[in-house]
Amino acid sequence: MASNYDNNFSKGTDLAVIVLYMLMACIGILAIFMVEYNPNTDWATSFISGKTSYSKQFFFLIFCSFVAIFILLVDSKVFTALANILFVSGLLLMLATFLIGKEINGSKSWIPIAGGFNLQPAELCKIFTALALAKFISRPETDFTKLQSHLIAGAMIALPAILSIGQHELGLALVYSAFIFAMYREGLPPFILIILLSFAILVIATLLIDPTLLAIILSVIAGLFLMYLGKRLKRNKQLIVIIIGVWLVCVGTVRFAVPYIFNNVLECYQTTRIYSMVGKEYDCGLNQKAAASLAESGKKSRKPDDYNVKQSKIAIGSGGFWGRGFLKGTQTRGKYVPEQNTDFIFTSIGEAFGFVGTFTFLGLYLFFLFRLIRIAERQRSTFSRVYAYSVVGIFFFHIAVNISMTIGLFPVVGIPLPLISYGGSSLLTFTALVFILLRLDADRQMVLR
Amino acid sequence: MSVYNQNRGGIIQIIIGTIFFLIVAQLVSLQVVSNKYKLAADNNAIFRKIIYPDRGIIYDRKKRALLENTISYDLVVIPNEAKGVDTAALCNILRIDKAEYNKRIVEAIIKNTRVKAGVFEPFLTPEIYAQLNENLYRFPGFSLSERSIRSYPYNTAAHVLGYVAEVDVNFLKKHESEGYEMGDYAGMTGLEKNYETVLMGQRGVKRFLRDNKGKIQGPYEKGEFDTVAIAGKNLYTSVDVQVQQLAEKLLQNKIGSAVAINPKTGGVIAMASSPGYNPNLLTGSKRRKTIGRLLLDTARPIYNRAIKGQYPPGSTFKPLGALIALDEGLITPNFGYNCFGSYGACGDPRKCEHHNAGHAANLQLALAYSCNSYFLQVFRMAIDNPKYKSAKGGYVKWKEYMNAFGFGRKLGVDLPSENKANIPDTAKYSKDFGNPKYWNSCYMLTLGIGQDRMTATPLQLANSMAFIANDGYYYTPHFVDSIESETQEEAAQLAPFRKKQKVTTIPKEYFDVIKEGMHDVTVYGTAAFIKVPGHEYCAKTGTAQNPHGKNHSLFVCFAPKDNPKIAVAVIVENAGYGSTWAGPIGGLLMEQYLNDTLTTESQLKADNLAQVDLMPQAIKNWYVQNNKSAYLTPIEYNNDELSDVWDMEMLAEGVVKTKTKDTAPPAPLPNTDKTNKDSLLPNTDKKKKLNP
Repeated sequence: MASNYDNNFSKGTDLAVIVLYMLMACIGILAIFMVEYNPNTDWATSFISGKTSYSKQFFFLIFCSFVAIFILLVDSKVFTALANILFVSGLLLMLATFLIGKEINGSKSWIPIAGGFNLQPAELCKIFTALALAKFISRPETDFTKLQSHLIAGAMIALPAILSIGQHELGLALVYSAFIFAMYREGLPPFILIILLSFAILVIATLLIDPTLLAIILSVIAGLFLMYLGKRLKRNKQLIVIIIGVWLVCVGTVRFAVPYIFNNVLECYQTTRIYSMVGKEYDCGLNQKAAASLAESGKKSRKPDDYNVKQSKIAIGSGGFWGRGFLKGTQTRGKYVPEQNTDFIFTSIGEAFGFVGTFTFLGLYLFFLFRLIRIAERQRSTFSRVYAYSVVGIFFFHIAVNISMTIGLFPVVGIPLPLISYGGSSLLTFTALVFILLRLDADRQMVLR
Repeated sequence: MSVYNQNRGGIIQIIIGTIFFLIVAQLVSLQVVSNKYKLAADNNAIFRKIIYPDRGIIYDRKKRALLENTISYDLVVIPNEAKGVDTAALCNILRIDKAEYNKRIVEAIIKNTRVKAGVFEPFLTPEIYAQLNENLYRFPGFSLSERSIRSYPYNTAAHVLGYVAEVDVNFLKKHESEGYEMGDYAGMTGLEKNYETVLMGQRGVKRFLRDNKGKIQGPYEKGEFDTVAIAGKNLYTSVDVQVQQLAEKLLQNKIGSAVAINPKTGGVIAMASSPGYNPNLLTGSKRRKTIGRLLLDTARPIYNRAIKGQYPPGSTFKPLGALIALDEGLITPNFGYNCFGSYGACGDPRKCEHHNAGHAANLQLALAYSCNSYFLQVFRMAIDNPKYKSAKGGYVKWKEYMNAFGFGRKLGVDLPSENKANIPDTAKYSKDFGNPKYWNSCYMLTLGIGQDRMTATPLQLANSMAFIANDGYYYTPHFVDSIESETQEEAAQLAPFRKKQKVTTIPKEYFDVIKEGMHDVTVYGTAAFIKVPGHEYCAKTGTAQNPHGKNHSLFVCFAPKDNPKIAVAVIVENAGYGSTWAGPIGGLLMEQYLNDTLTTESQLKADNLAQVDLMPQAIKNWYVQNNKSAYLTPIEYNNDELSDVWDMEMLAEGVVKTKTKDTAPPAPLPNTDKTNKDSLLPNTDKKKKLNP
């Protein structure tokens, strides 16, 4: 039987993805090593002592390898069977953090487990949500062309996202928007994507253009539409209502919704980050939360600035074309970039290996994503395909947002770079995501329900 | 149902590809196009520390250091670390108040940021240094940093040596490519300026890596880009410190100048300008106190009269006038003039000091008695020389001679801003007298006795004596004989000083006649009572009229007569007869140089001369009128202040020794010097520390 088992283990498993996974994880450890490297201590002894982040990450990787093997040995039917239960228990764990959570870096989203390690349920919930979404869409009774199905799927995604916001993990909450890929692939009408995109453009325009001017521009556009459609409007009164409705929503967003969110919902530092991305300064005096904390503590909060992004850009930019060389980055050695071994790990690669390094690195990621899409497309069962696209979405969202924020294309939100950033929870989550997919892919001839 | 959505996989790939393309585009702009991030990273992380080499030392002809480097201490502060400072105690030690303390901290932050050390109080006095050193643990963030400053063990030759000072914006603009930075010190005057490149050495740069808190992590790239500081090179000059000190001492309480040159080399033995100042007063903390006074004083103690003062040479010109006439064949040594006490050939009679018949019966006698009539006649003959057809032609030829003798042009001494003084050119006279066709020699008659518009610097006068002493050539006067381990470039800089300047073809026998005449001056002539024990010498006195008051007293000479080793020019402004004041000074300088000591009698004379106050009344009045009566006392060196410098070394206890270079240890002074030198050094008790 054992030989048969071995056969099953290796048969159908996509080797390219495993190689890429190991390669990325090793690059990650190397990048963390560059950040933590101290020429005054012997790296070998500090590696063995296990006190440094890179040695911890190394042990995480070994642990994750065992988890990966375990996942590959599990029957793929288990994932469909447990999908809903895991999803619910994941949500319960997230709720539990509000009671027994431990606060790290200002977010109460961690549950302490044995050995000084902490678990972040929101991370695991990404896997569970992916499984549950796949389960829901692949149900024979689900017709994903119907609005009702879209709403249910949307609710399944929104639930953990809202809980994450409650834990002050804006970045993690945003990740849930990555499921839109999977939903789109399964028949979400494209106009929803277009509307979302238009809305995003509108929000950015609000930042860039004076609100009154923007309202006038929107009114002019609406007016032009009315003139253009002139004759048809007489025949179709509904069109007038739609145009006026859209105009009202847009102006309302510009004049009320966006300022309200920036001033009342988001923290001062978050709004500042968003403003700084478009090169503007935000006056924290407008922020209600900042005002509240000011009234509470009586101390004026230190003005947050875009120090992180500035230093991060300097680090990446100073790499130049060929890079400064392994362990020779001055920004890294001087610890100028905060959070460099987690959210800003990309800077250490950019500084040491330059454009050549970052380009190659992005190439690896792109190859990895396209490989996953290829795997997704060759699934016979909807469950596997939805799950695969969820994985693609999550990976892509993390990569795009993380790298964009280090090079000043996106506001700083705390999400890690998959397989590279230091952190056990993060590495474990991505390992599980990838290897569950590989397990499902190995059984791609089967139709899973 | 999934089949009809298959193209959506492609759309997702396109979306992903687009976003990646945007990211790559931004990376291109960050890493490939722009290089400002590289600079920003270097600014962030690389800390350049400049290592200042010791400046070169300047030695006299016997390898005694005219100046040295000593250590002074600054109190520096790193504002970020200055927390929990016992401000009250610190203010108490520095004698400042809390407001001043805060002000200085803010200044330090503005100048050097919070994390870099900035100067809080420069040039600590020894007492404050000692107090601070004991209490430093109470002032976190503060530290004592040493810096090298100049000190002048012989308190002498301020004008010649010049001073170093912090560079200003103008200096930086002028020397843009030479690597100076704000806060650097550079030679501003004198030899310090002229030989700046040699003395400064080569600054080293050490690069350190620092972290985001400004803490030094270690050398950048293992010091691969560091450069080593190379110490400045020493200068070996021809100055004799004892002659120099004597010259300054003799000129005390007078306005004037003295220059002594070694005719065999052109090396300047001494160059004094009075009033002067003690060079130690322009170093360290004393500079701030002194510089204002030096700049405001109407007697201009900073002004080097030896190369900038323009004086009518008066009778000291006569030997040269005679040389011109001899060379042109207008007179022979036997030429005589019948003078009865005045010269009336040009109308208005010109006075001569002598009346007895035959005092100008030949050139030798005329020189000895300095007969005005004789030399006026000789000058007219030169101007009206039939060879040149007109007075203008004669004058042009005469001026040619004067330029050749080194007058009316810069000699090229190795000090900055030498003045060329004045031998007027024909244009000047044309302006006054109209068409040169109608000139005659009477127009500029008194040029013949070194008056009219002719002026010369003391250096030019001394050089003319070297010219006569050498029978017709001279070496460009200079201070620096050689530079330590001279490079080709430096040799080229010194090359003009090593070249014999033979600018005329006047035969030796004419010089012999002139020398005999000048020797007679010292035997029975105007300087008969001035003797140099053991040596025959030649001299010429001068008493020059000038528009500023009493006559200037001038004296030029060289000795010994047969093998000249020193040529001297002395000027005492508004003092009267040349033989009364300038003469004895010249005599004593020659005696000191030739005998290396003064006889007891001469010593007494020197002491008396030093006491004589010949400051013009106008200057004294100015002091009184401007409430600067304190300036009446000349800037004397206060022994206690000099002791500061040495006490500082004692405090450093062996860690810091007087920074004399190993390569050229000062030669031990011969014992014969000792008595003499003790009497010259105002601070004899310090001498032991000088040459341990």
